[in-house]
Amino acid sequence: MNATGPIKAMAETEKNYLTAGHTLGSWLFTTDHKRIGILYLLSILLFFAVAALAAAVMRIELLSPHGHLVLNETYNKLFTLHGVLMVWFFLIPSIPAVLGNFVIPMMLGARDVAFPKLNLLSWYLFMVGGVLVLYSILVGGVDTGWTFYTPFSSTYSNTHVITMATGIFIAGFGSILTGLNFIITIQKMRCPGMTWFRMPLFLWSLYATSLILVLATPVLAITLALMALERIWGIGIFDPKLGGDPILFQHLFWFYSHPAVYIMILPGMGVVSELIACFARKAIFGYEWVALASVAIAVLGFLVWGHHMFVSSQSIYAGMVFSLLSYIVAIPSAIKVFNWTATLYKGSISFETPMLYALGFIGLFTIGGLTGLFLAALAVDVHVTDTYFVVAHFHYIMVGGMVMGFMGGLHYWWPKISGRMYPEKLGQLAAFITFIGFNLTFFPQFIMGYLGMPRRYHNYAPEFQIYHVLSTAGASILGVGYLLPVIYLLWSLRRGKKAPANPWNATGLEWQTPSPPPVRNFETTPVVITEPYDYSTELDEKNAEVENA
Amino acid sequence: MPEASPALAEQFENLEQQREAARLGLWTFLATEILFFGGLFLGYIVYRHAYPHDFAVAGKRTNVFLGGANTAVLLTSSLTMALAVHAAQENRTKILVRCLLLTIFFGLVFLGVKALEYTQDIHEHLLPGPSFFAQGGSRAELFFYFYWAMTALHGFHVLVGICVLGVVAVLSARGHYSAGYHNLVELTGLYWHFVDIIWIFLYPLLYLIDRHS
Amino acid sequence: MAGQVDLLYLGLTLISVFYLALIFVPMTFCLFKYRRGRPADRTPIRLKTWKVEIIWTIIPAFMMLGLFGWAADLYYQMERPPASALEATVVGKQWMWKIQHAEGNREINELHVPAGRTIKLTMTSEDVIHSFYLPAFRLKQDVVPGRYVTEWFRPTKAGSYHIFCAEFCGADHSMMGGNIIVMAPADYQTWLNTGRPSDNLVASGERLFRELGCSGCHAGGTIIRAPRLEGVYGKPVPLQGGQIVMADDQYIRDSILLPASQIAAGYANVMPSYQGRISEEQLFQVIAYIKDLGDKQSPEEGK
Repeated sequence: MNATGPIKAMAETEKNYLTAGHTLGSWLFTTDHKRIGILYLLSILLFFAVAALAAAVMRIELLSPHGHLVLNETYNKLFTLHGVLMVWFFLIPSIPAVLGNFVIPMMLGARDVAFPKLNLLSWYLFMVGGVLVLYSILVGGVDTGWTFYTPFSSTYSNTHVITMATGIFIAGFGSILTGLNFIITIQKMRCPGMTWFRMPLFLWSLYATSLILVLATPVLAITLALMALERIWGIGIFDPKLGGDPILFQHLFWFYSHPAVYIMILPGMGVVSELIACFARKAIFGYEWVALASVAIAVLGFLVWGHHMFVSSQSIYAGMVFSLLSYIVAIPSAIKVFNWTATLYKGSISFETPMLYALGFIGLFTIGGLTGLFLAALAVDVHVTDTYFVVAHFHYIMVGGMVMGFMGGLHYWWPKISGRMYPEKLGQLAAFITFIGFNLTFFPQFIMGYLGMPRRYHNYAPEFQIYHVLSTAGASILGVGYLLPVIYLLWSLRRGKKAPANPWNATGLEWQTPSPPPVRNFETTPVVITEPYDYSTELDEKNAEVENA
Repeated sequence: MPEASPALAEQFENLEQQREAARLGLWTFLATEILFFGGLFLGYIVYRHAYPHDFAVAGKRTNVFLGGANTAVLLTSSLTMALAVHAAQENRTKILVRCLLLTIFFGLVFLGVKALEYTQDIHEHLLPGPSFFAQGGSRAELFFYFYWAMTALHGFHVLVGICVLGVVAVLSARGHYSAGYHNLVELTGLYWHFVDIIWIFLYPLLYLIDRHS
Repeated sequence: MAGQVDLLYLGLTLISVFYLALIFVPMTFCLFKYRRGRPADRTPIRLKTWKVEIIWTIIPAFMMLGLFGWAADLYYQMERPPASALEATVVGKQWMWKIQHAEGNREINELHVPAGRTIKLTMTSEDVIHSFYLPAFRLKQDVVPGRYVTEWFRPTKAGSYHIFCAEFCGADHSMMGGNIIVMAPADYQTWLNTGRPSDNLVASGERLFRELGCSGCHAGGTIIRAPRLEGVYGKPVPLQGGQIVMADDQYIRDSILLPASQIAAGYANVMPSYQGRISEEQLFQVIAYIKDLGDKQSPEEGK
């Protein structure tokens, strides 16, 4: 369905959200969810760039076993900075705060989120936290790793731990408020006719993500606070010399940080559902199962934190319980992958850039998820935990999965966000380059992890060098894959083809608005009468064509 | 008296949706608060289990009378809060305002008693640090870290509640609320009851357990 | 045991390849056959979705349970050391491993062991959390300050194998490594004898017991009433307050460093803390001595 009649008329007469106000103030004090999404987009790109630069330096250092590119302490600060920025200032906000903010209200047929001012506050909290973290890096950095294990972080480290922890604490409240906003928006502001099971799967994923944001993040906040208080006053809560328990920190930390990884993948899964449906022109197979699998992942994700602690000296029986639950939480993810694959059957598949990213996600997430089974296996985990096997595992999921999901979503909704089309061939090229570069970077890491290469090492045994060289080579290719979209997306803002309201002929209410949309999204509230991903009429017509041919 | 009609925010379809969104929002926020306090409760429970003797020794030194008095004060303030909400539902603005003021009063009493208690605690060397009453290996200091952290965090929440109640009282006095729409009154009531419930958990843990062991 | 870990790893790899094929082959097939514009039969299949969903939920679920069981069983064996073993103590600190054999031989960053014997390590850290990783043996154990952990293995082939620290511990984390040197039993004996100090672990412990003043209260003929330590190790100890705890390594250590936290029933809280006055290695020695006393009868019982 292309934009015709009333919608087109509105586009010509009414300002869109980008042109409604040109001052800096109109951006910095906006309550428009679409502008807030853009603010987040710009900020997370900045944090990503800093973190990626750190990764580049690390990978160059790792080219030689006893490299001297940076000092030991500097290397430790680099991987800390990389982890902190990537986890809290790129991955967690990426899809929810950028694409979620932009798309959710329109997908629901609403004019904005439930609490627009709170939405802006979220961004400011995020920025204040981010600035504090960047400041702590500039004045000397932190060397504890993003995991802040005690007693190293609370008693022994001589770096700016408290500043960085405070930054994360503040940004955490931003993400809690975003999650809260999304829960209420999805629960209360669906337009008439949009029942729970008529919602696009992107919304189901974001709802599940928001549940985790809201319930897990406060635990991180209090944990960081306790660690900081320990550092300031030597309370003895984590310090064994005073009778404290360093493992208690790990339990508290991972109770948040495991659900956090589901915050970092569920939205990607939601995007993939949208992309597969649109580019295979078919409703997602097993829609209800995929929807409920998102919720199952969120709930079960709270029960498995101990699998990060199998060798920590926690009880072996606790280890067994966590191992079993970790195997169980794999099942809903597997269900999703099966359903996406089944959707392709008898579909009508095209290979635009978003679809390439979606297919890449499925492949790489599946590999990453399967290696999770290795890690859940107690006897194997004893060997591979704290090695590059784990590093490869989570990068397959986070980078091969979530970042590809983000890129796919960004390209998919780019016409809506910017009103311009990106250059398709370049997009497809970048997707390929990213896929190749990614695998070359991270697959060798599985191998060297099993061979015994520990993580967080800048100095290593010479037998691992070949894998590190391959990995660094891959990283340079991956870098190109990420740089290309930055360049051509920026280019498209001026020179891209103007986008119609629905360039992909996709279902979903967001495509019923002009590209870019007006400030209020919809003049009149839409009413939903069809099931989600209703490509069937199109399919029937096509089948009729084939039969009549 | 004319019915008060609050402004409908642009993103909502109708007042009902706005009201429900605000309620769900507050309940969700309270859930985050439970998880936030939860970390402290967990730490307390873990260490009470690990050092029962030291915690019992320490626990005897909290002031059970002031703590008990504060419990009574807070429970009473919840009563006046509930009465305020009821008054709003019945469109009885004068009673609404009076009950809100009473709630604020009891809240301030709570904080006053707390200040008194803290002063006394410091005099009795219950503030962790070099002048703490038990030195050399006893974990009583850890008990008191939890005591100060949990009661201070709770007190901060009471203070925020009092400020919000102040705003609501002023708005109520200006006739902002009616039987038809008094959302903020109800939500403030929810928050206040929550703060009360946290105290109901804190009081036995910090003042009552092992008192007479 | 390492071989069994590798077998499990192989099993996991095969299952993963199976699942990958299960996804990739149909996916690739569909991507070709159902390309936009390619004529193909796209009439929707009449299928009860839930039947398929149940199948591909239940079958993986059973496979998950199977993998869990296999791994957990192997893990259980890996974590329970056999009864008789050659024992050594390991103290991790920033950034080295300090090792002491039961015979008294000391090593830094190296551990000589005889092939064919079970080796059991009791470990702790002086400062932050480290991890004693032996990739050749597929073994790792975090070494935590304030508590004792154990790790055991049975080397079969002579050679030199990596020790890596596997828990980030600060500036020189990646330098904190060494070697396990597995020797033929005869060679090991030779090595042991050449470097052996005058005191073994128990004898050093006994000496410390006197030098640090422990015997002043805990041995015969004293004014201060303190529990006698013969026959204590490995048995239950009633505490003030009614609890009963096992007198294991951790208990002895806590009694020395934090005596006020677990007072034996019927005794007063008068023992001074040795926090800061005794090193981790010295603690291991004293504990070895008290363990040795554990086999002896308490003088009171003897009467």
